Amino acid sequence: MRERQKKCVVTFRTTAGAMSMESACKAAGLPGRLIPAPRSVTAGCGLCWAAPPDSREALEELVMKKHLDVEGIYAIIF
Amino acid sequence: MIYLDNAATTQMKPPTVATAMLEALSSYGNSGRGGHAGALSAARTIYETREKLAALLGCPRADHVCFTSNSTQALNTAISGLLGPGDHVISTDWEHNSVLRPLYRLREQGAEVDFVPAGRNGRLDYAAFARLLRPHTKAVVCTHASNLTGDVVEIGRVGRFAREHGLLFLLDASQTAGVLPIDMTAQGIDVVCFTGHKGLMGPQGTGGLCLREGVEIRPLAVGGTGVQSYSETQPREYPTRLEAGTLNGHGLAGLNAALDFLRETGTGVIYAHEDALASRFVRRVRDLPGVTVYGDWAASLRAPIVTLNIAGWDSAQVSDQLAERFGIATRPGAHCAPRLHRCLGTEEQGAVRFSWSYFNTEAETDAAAAAVGILAREAL
Repeated sequence: MRERQKKCVVTFRTTAGAMSMESACKAAGLPGRLIPAPRSVTAGCGLCWAAPPDSREALEELVMKKHLDVEGIYAIIF
Repeated sequence: MIYLDNAATTQMKPPTVATAMLEALSSYGNSGRGGHAGALSAARTIYETREKLAALLGCPRADHVCFTSNSTQALNTAISGLLGPGDHVISTDWEHNSVLRPLYRLREQGAEVDFVPAGRNGRLDYAAFARLLRPHTKAVVCTHASNLTGDVVEIGRVGRFAREHGLLFLLDASQTAGVLPIDMTAQGIDVVCFTGHKGLMGPQGTGGLCLREGVEIRPLAVGGTGVQSYSETQPREYPTRLEAGTLNGHGLAGLNAALDFLRETGTGVIYAHEDALASRFVRRVRDLPGVTVYGDWAASLRAPIVTLNIAGWDSAQVSDQLAERFGIATRPGAHCAPRLHRCLGTEEQGAVRFSWSYFNTEAETDAAAAAVGILAREAL
């Protein structure tokens, strides 16, 4: 296994929420990718947006600006 | 990408599926809406698809094959259309949420539901079917194979139990239609719910129910049928009773072509190939230090699924590493099978599921086993 790394992770209530996040991040030029959601942050079988650890502020801004439907934003080691 | 997530959907389809769909897209009218050539082409293909499914699944009448958009819709139609307040239902711990959630909703409405338990090893306690029987038990609803472990329910045995006690037997064949033999007449099944996009190798958006003659289902949706237009109620005749609105003719044209492929290739040949690959994979990974494989590997019949964990690693991370480093597509997490995960003790960790189709190869299987070996060594 690779070393676990610090990440800023955004979770969603629906897959559509994850898709809108990816689309909004791409448009805004924010780095990150969709990954299977770790059990530590969600009980679903879904996806989460994993971004560099220092991107929390930019992600929060984007969520507010675009009214994105997110469940939570977490700092995790994954 | 090595695609080993066929229990979610088969990615590779027979090439004739796409050809048939493309042709349908540019030529079909609306089946049952008018008598022109395009409408008739769609109607003929859809009826032919019913005949082929009836033959495959042992359904006595082609007009008792009713189409929906997937297995979940078929299961909702069967469960909410046959059962209601005051009824008692027996199901199992192996079920997918497509069975569990309709049953939980039914329970909220006043029905009672009991589950045949699975042990810590995931095996079903068949003696519990008789123990759970009550005077007002109306039906058994169960899966044919666990979408989590690939373990198979002895449906002939469940069918005999249901017949002996006058119960309806509703089968969720999402993981097995087109893969394992199903004969609803011989096995005493009243309703088979299937999806078109997994083992049947058709497109997503296709699925349905096969009904024994005499099974009376209240339709979930009512509406346009192209027939009996001045009647205020939905036609009683199958399949129209359960098919309000335009059918997915283009998708069913693809499913029709897929069924030809299954018949020409032979479902026995297809299953033998998939089973050989899953067994080959499990032989290579099960004794690796740190690897836990779930399911009953002494069973003679299994769906082509291998589910495992590596040490205490989150299954999401293992699946992500398999995809990112090795280009292998698997499914981590809960697999919409919460009761069985609780039985196996994997509620927190989830599990990584590998699942095969006829189009997978030995080389792909060996590459996946090698990747698991590398991750397991790194996890030590």
